[in-house]
Amino acid sequence: MPDGLYRGGLGAIAALFCVLITALVVTVAFQAASALNHFGLGFLVGTTWDPVHAHYGALPFIIGTLETTGIAMVLAVPIGLGTSMFLVHGIHGRIRAVLSTAVELLAAVPSVVYGLWALLVLAPWVRTIIEPALASITGGTGLFGGPQLGIGLLLAGLVLVVMVLPTMVAISRDVIAAVPDEQVEGAFALGATRWQVLWRVVLPSARTGLLGAVTLSMGRALGETIAVTMVIGNSTAIAHSLFSPSATLSSQIANQFTEATEPFHLSSLMALALILLVIAVIVNIAARLLVGSFGRDRSAASVAVL
Amino acid sequence: MREAAAEVRQGRGRHAWRLLTVAVSALVVALTALSAPVAAASGPGKTTDPYIAADLKAPGSALTGAGSTFDQPLFTKAFFEYNQQNSGVTVNYASIGSGGGIAQFQANTVNFGASDVPMTPADIAKATGGQVLQVPVALGGEAISYNLPGVKTGLKMTPSVLAGIFLGTIKTWNDPALKKLNPGVKLPSNAITTAHRADGSGTTYIFTDYLSTVSPAWASGPGTGKSVNWPNGVGGQGNEGVAGIVKNTPYSVGYVELAYALQNSFTYAAIQNSAGQFLLPSLKTVAADAAQRPNITAVSFSIVNQAGASSYPISGYSWALVYQLQKNTTEGTAVVKVLDWLTHAPGQAVAKTLAYVPLPANIQALARSTLLQVVASDGKTVLLTTK
Amino acid sequence: MTTTSSPQAESDPVLARRRNIQSIAARSFGRRQLYSRVALAVCGVFLLMTLIPLVSVITYTAQRGLQAWSVSFFTKLPTPTGIPGGGIWNAIVGSLIIDAMAVAGAIPFGILGGLFLAESDGRIAGGIRFAADVMSGVPSIVLGIFAYIALVKTLGHFSAIAASFAIGVLMVPIIMRASETALRSVPRSLSEAGLALGARRAAVSRRVVLPAALPGLITSVLLALSRGVGETAPLLFTAIGSEYFSTSPVKPIAALPLVVYQDGIQAYSDLQTRAWGTAFFLVLLVLTLSIGSRLVAARLRRARR
Repeated sequence: MPDGLYRGGLGAIAALFCVLITALVVTVAFQAASALNHFGLGFLVGTTWDPVHAHYGALPFIIGTLETTGIAMVLAVPIGLGTSMFLVHGIHGRIRAVLSTAVELLAAVPSVVYGLWALLVLAPWVRTIIEPALASITGGTGLFGGPQLGIGLLLAGLVLVVMVLPTMVAISRDVIAAVPDEQVEGAFALGATRWQVLWRVVLPSARTGLLGAVTLSMGRALGETIAVTMVIGNSTAIAHSLFSPSATLSSQIANQFTEATEPFHLSSLMALALILLVIAVIVNIAARLLVGSFGRDRSAASVAVL
Repeated sequence: MREAAAEVRQGRGRHAWRLLTVAVSALVVALTALSAPVAAASGPGKTTDPYIAADLKAPGSALTGAGSTFDQPLFTKAFFEYNQQNSGVTVNYASIGSGGGIAQFQANTVNFGASDVPMTPADIAKATGGQVLQVPVALGGEAISYNLPGVKTGLKMTPSVLAGIFLGTIKTWNDPALKKLNPGVKLPSNAITTAHRADGSGTTYIFTDYLSTVSPAWASGPGTGKSVNWPNGVGGQGNEGVAGIVKNTPYSVGYVELAYALQNSFTYAAIQNSAGQFLLPSLKTVAADAAQRPNITAVSFSIVNQAGASSYPISGYSWALVYQLQKNTTEGTAVVKVLDWLTHAPGQAVAKTLAYVPLPANIQALARSTLLQVVASDGKTVLLTTK
Repeated sequence: MTTTSSPQAESDPVLARRRNIQSIAARSFGRRQLYSRVALAVCGVFLLMTLIPLVSVITYTAQRGLQAWSVSFFTKLPTPTGIPGGGIWNAIVGSLIIDAMAVAGAIPFGILGGLFLAESDGRIAGGIRFAADVMSGVPSIVLGIFAYIALVKTLGHFSAIAASFAIGVLMVPIIMRASETALRSVPRSLSEAGLALGARRAAVSRRVVLPAALPGLITSVLLALSRGVGETAPLLFTAIGSEYFSTSPVKPIAALPLVVYQDGIQAYSDLQTRAWGTAFFLVLLVLTLSIGSRLVAARLRRARR
């Protein structure tokens, strides 16, 4: 095969892939158009989801998505960072390899199994232990008020933490391990304790890569559908408390997609999908830009968790 | 090299495995057919109803249906029984909610749809397969199921109390209105958590239809529909989702089809009907309610809150949706015959085992007369007494 | 740390400062050491907190899933609730068919795309790389919707091929990026030797580079498979599930994640047991694929060293 044909052929295949992505975005946007035209930008801040009166608004779901992702990140970042620091600098040798693999195996459990487990194991635990404890510590009002159902925003956030941790840990671990040994050893030589080395030398040095890990994990949390749909309680009202049921962009789509026959119903759901797509793309672009500057030569195994 | 060899070994093994499995499955089907209860095939209606024998001779096809989750246990078991007697016909039913059934039927991606609320004229206008026929296939009541530790079945609720709970005006279980109705019952001070359907549901339609009928506040507020804007509460997917929420969340209340409630031993409320009687949903009380309106049609179908002392007010039919013109004669014939089998004696015997209310005779007649209107592309009716 | 002992040196402000710092460091060492140990212990606790859910999920799934496992569970077709003896044979075959078709479609795009990316560094390649990375962050439900509109609505029925399309699209970016990494790690000397012998680029790729990178390519495919096998959202609006045995690509088909999702929330306990049995099988399957890909990658790394 002549070189030109070979290069051209390969390029065409890769380009075909881009065509596919464009088709995806165009299709979703096209389907969303009629709702967006009808409701205008008010769709983004509308708070009612009323199929009977054909009045739709995306705000409760945008907030739900941001809230669940927020809870997930607030917990996953410190836990993930701590875990990866411990994995790189706290333990060595065989145990480190085994435990690293174990953490990465968390990513192998399918989302639907997490959803079922959360519904049957985590939800009662949240309802009987965590929510009463939080309510008694904080006085049981506002963010921690309302009936303690188990399912709801808090549970969805917790499930997301579990699902996002492998990504966070795997990338952070690579980033932290890539800090040049000279910097680390130099700090030790100056008499710093292990923690001081980590906190004042390693983390700042790995800062950009860690930010990339955080944003990638955030991207993962934003797009998670099945596990969240099963535990979030599916309420179309804006949640006022961590214990309230809520809904996210993807859970609302999953619930109502197959049945949307009323005017503007399907189109509004596609508009939600478009919003979700836009948010996911923005977050992913930010993540890639940050992680990209750290290095591209990761092992194939760690690409898996991306 | 090693990987390739392993793959080849696996491939051969898979082939042998598949052969073995086909053999085992065939053996299982044969054994099950031999030991299947004979009742379904030799019900009292069989000898006098000329259509039934022909129903069992539907041409081999793989049919698909989608819709109501209420119908799912019935359809799964009934079509399984049918398949035992006519192994050429399989019916794959996807329980995605009444709204989903209507949507897929409109898009003509399934042979039949199933919905607890018939299609509106607007829905019918969107159907892409031509003229729509709607066949009543099941009758059920909705139990208002609650999870109150220590409180047994039979908590009394009036229509306004029920509406108030779902509107959010009645917020706790020990609300004076509830206490007045249930003097002997120890009602806790906990907040009421309502459970509703998160997906588009005919069960929701029937329930909101009832609430709109008995509560002006509900009618002018959320209104009637397969999906409404619920003022409060938690959403679950399918009847099973709501049932799960009620089962796992103390102090919650939700609406589920009676068949689900009975099969899973839920506790449910006694609702006051229009004659002032507090009634538990049961096969008898739902049938009594249905009997008050014998001449329903797909346009005028609501049977909620009927008169009569023994009528359970929250009841409704479930409908199968088929296109009048079946372009694929084989599949069209099979669909019609299977639905006829389902709505008459053999299928109704299965329904009874799962706590569905048997269809009244005139409704069975309506079903048949509707099915008789289905034609193939040659213009001939496909539901026949022979072949 | 050298110090001179001349009185001049001892009054030198730099040295004095240095000694001051040393004494502060020495005195605070105990406190700092304690602080460090506590902080690291907290990190260790965090590690445990990360592992506990894993252990909980796997043991719970195993506990409930093993109740369902039997020979008939894997070889029979599902039965309605109340009729015992059903199984998930159709879901096993269905998942196999969907994922096999998905991988078959994704491999050419993924590996050839990876080859293109490995050989180029231009702007087009950068753009494609970027697109692939962003694509791997798209929520899988959006892919399912895309497949629904593209293949289900147009063809008029649910089908296995629509599901394969959605999952294939999910797999391509994974295979592409992982293949690129694998192909880039083939030493340039090999391909240059081929070119020096007069072979064209296509031949060099086909006979030298691809075979040399084969373990890495297999890893990428296994990785993508482990991700694709467990996905549920794309299947919801495409394959839709089935109670019957089917191998046809143009009909609805059963799949393992669908059984877990649809039967897991049922109120009937025999269906729930079936769902858990399927869940455990699915978890083991994905774990095997995942560990398998890691083993191949490790062997690759060892071989290179």
